[in-house]
Amino acid sequence: MQFLNQSVELHPLANHAMPAWAATVGAREMHAFCAAARAAGRRLVALWGSDRRDRDKQHGYALHVALDLAEGLVCLTQPLSTAKPEFLDLSSVFPAANRMQRAVRDMVGASPMADDKRPWLRHDNWPENYFPLRSDTPDAVFKTKNEEYAFIRVEGDGVHEIPVGPIHAGIIEPGHFRFSVVGETVLRLEQRLGWKHKGIERRFVGLSLAGGAKLAGRVSGDSTVAYAWAYSQAVEAITATAPPPRALSLRALLLERERIGNHLGDLGYLGNDAALAFGLMQFMRLKEDWVRLNGELFGHRLMMDRVVPGGVGTDLDARGSRRILAQCDDLEREVQALKRIYDDHAGLQDRFLTTGRVTAELAELLGVIGLAGRASGQRWDLRCLHPCAPYAKLAPKISVHESGDVAARVLVRFAEIAESLRLIRNIVNAMPQGETRIEIGGELPGSPGAFACGWIEGWRGDVLVALESDSRGAIRRCHCHDPSWQNWPALEHAVIGNIVPDFPLINKSFNLSYAGQDL
Amino acid sequence: MIPMLRQIIRAGIVTEAPPAADEALRLTGQRLSAAMLRQLGRALVIRHIDAGSCNGCELEIHALNNPYYNLEAIGIKFAASPRHADLLLVTGPVAKNMEVAVKRAYDATPAPKLVVAVGDCGCTGGVFGESYASCGRVSNVIPVDVAVPGCPPTPLQLMQGILTAIAPAAAK
Repeated sequence: MQFLNQSVELHPLANHAMPAWAATVGAREMHAFCAAARAAGRRLVALWGSDRRDRDKQHGYALHVALDLAEGLVCLTQPLSTAKPEFLDLSSVFPAANRMQRAVRDMVGASPMADDKRPWLRHDNWPENYFPLRSDTPDAVFKTKNEEYAFIRVEGDGVHEIPVGPIHAGIIEPGHFRFSVVGETVLRLEQRLGWKHKGIERRFVGLSLAGGAKLAGRVSGDSTVAYAWAYSQAVEAITATAPPPRALSLRALLLERERIGNHLGDLGYLGNDAALAFGLMQFMRLKEDWVRLNGELFGHRLMMDRVVPGGVGTDLDARGSRRILAQCDDLEREVQALKRIYDDHAGLQDRFLTTGRVTAELAELLGVIGLAGRASGQRWDLRCLHPCAPYAKLAPKISVHESGDVAARVLVRFAEIAESLRLIRNIVNAMPQGETRIEIGGELPGSPGAFACGWIEGWRGDVLVALESDSRGAIRRCHCHDPSWQNWPALEHAVIGNIVPDFPLINKSFNLSYAGQDL
Repeated sequence: MIPMLRQIIRAGIVTEAPPAADEALRLTGQRLSAAMLRQLGRALVIRHIDAGSCNGCELEIHALNNPYYNLEAIGIKFAASPRHADLLLVTGPVAKNMEVAVKRAYDATPAPKLVVAVGDCGCTGGVFGESYASCGRVSNVIPVDVAVPGCPPTPLQLMQGILTAIAPAAAK
């Protein structure tokens, strides 16, 4: 199979929950294929590296690129020379590739041929030649050094810098923001992330396929259902396991509940960051009601570890269904009332409108995805474009706004709550009977290095899990990709020309994951 | 304004009673004298530090300020600076990249600097453990008074941990 008029011969990946294709390519083919995808208006999903010296002495490393094409997910693998693992810079095609490529160098030691030589995840707290994802790298503990990062300086009359973080002035994850400002106006923002890097990808190596689910569910706790589902899809593809229909419907129920829970919290904090504490209190009350029912029905307020390879570790009885439906009615009424208050509140709208704009053109250029992308006219939603079961039947409606400001990101959240409530009702009303979980294939395909992907539209955007098993059926490599990788750079652009006090509001309107991108 | 007031009245007051302290969560003895604890009352100021969590604990810490748990109503609030804090609430295994920041925040906190480690990761390193990139449990980096396990701990468990830190030592 060939796509985009490229000579690359792609083979379908078996047992996947969504259409997926793979191919091994050379350096020039990789670049040309990516450029063709970009020209066709398609996008980069993820980029990562791996060590395969045990399989190929000469080409012992590999660069992996996942793309979203009209036909489905396409995974390209480019073998890299063992002696000099280098690859062509893809950030000129997909700007979001910059940080991912730097992470590949930090983790695997394969380098992009790019001008930006700065590390990304490594803060000089382990040596430059310690590559955590090389198979012969021993466990080690190093003395903390904490580098001086080479921020890009803005010079000129009256320009000064405001450094913020890593510890932020709130209940927030750590990251560093370097603002260059004149007076109150932001000229430039540069982010330095990676503070939460705790070696998740190395931690995955050697875990059993079933055991990896717990770790995958903790890449970004606010998206635990999305990660656990994506991870489970990958395991199920490798082991040729078809989870029962009831399990898939329950997974969708949990995922939509996760989406609504996060949107409720964000809508509250967005009110609060515009000085409407009323909004925070009201939405946090609704969110608490919501997560309490999660706890009662599914045994965990955030629904961690409920999605497992082979199905789900929870079920729903008739009484639980009635409670969910009743809660949907209550929440719908309450959110509509609060939306009217938000819509009519002149002070709030004054802060929301035109603040932190990412135009559709810029969003397209940067490859902004998920919720933030949809608020800037980018029509990416896996549930609509490459629906896995049961989404094809549910036919979700995509929520898109064009203006790309904080107001648009607020409106998309309101619209998605309404749509997810509709989905939840349909899921509960048409819940298939039967098993909720089956054993994942005990006998694994003997081929060393079975590779599979899971791909789920979480509340923030699409989460990809690329999984490779070894010949014993344990994890050889697991790469979890958070949509925040793509959207963090957009935040740098969104704040340009805004005033510093609007930054918390703009930041919250994106609400990106630090943990998910720091790994 | 009228719709907001209506909404406030309709929602009513949902705040629930706080939990009792739990001596089992204490790692060290109560370092504060009875006189000091009396002085402090429950007027406690907390600085939260995420040292490397998955952000699950943060969601539950946020919930402490919702109207159900209403932490501020019992005199406990979050501050933006460790210099204003009586207690550090630390989540996550301490990521290697955060080690210096955590130590600096601890140094900047005025004595007696109570520390509550939050979550399975804060208590033991959790699923992330210790590695080239993770220092593991919080007490590997700074002294910890109270440890609240859970993945993540519920808001009630968190409140219990915080209240334990300022509760008089139980008579043995």
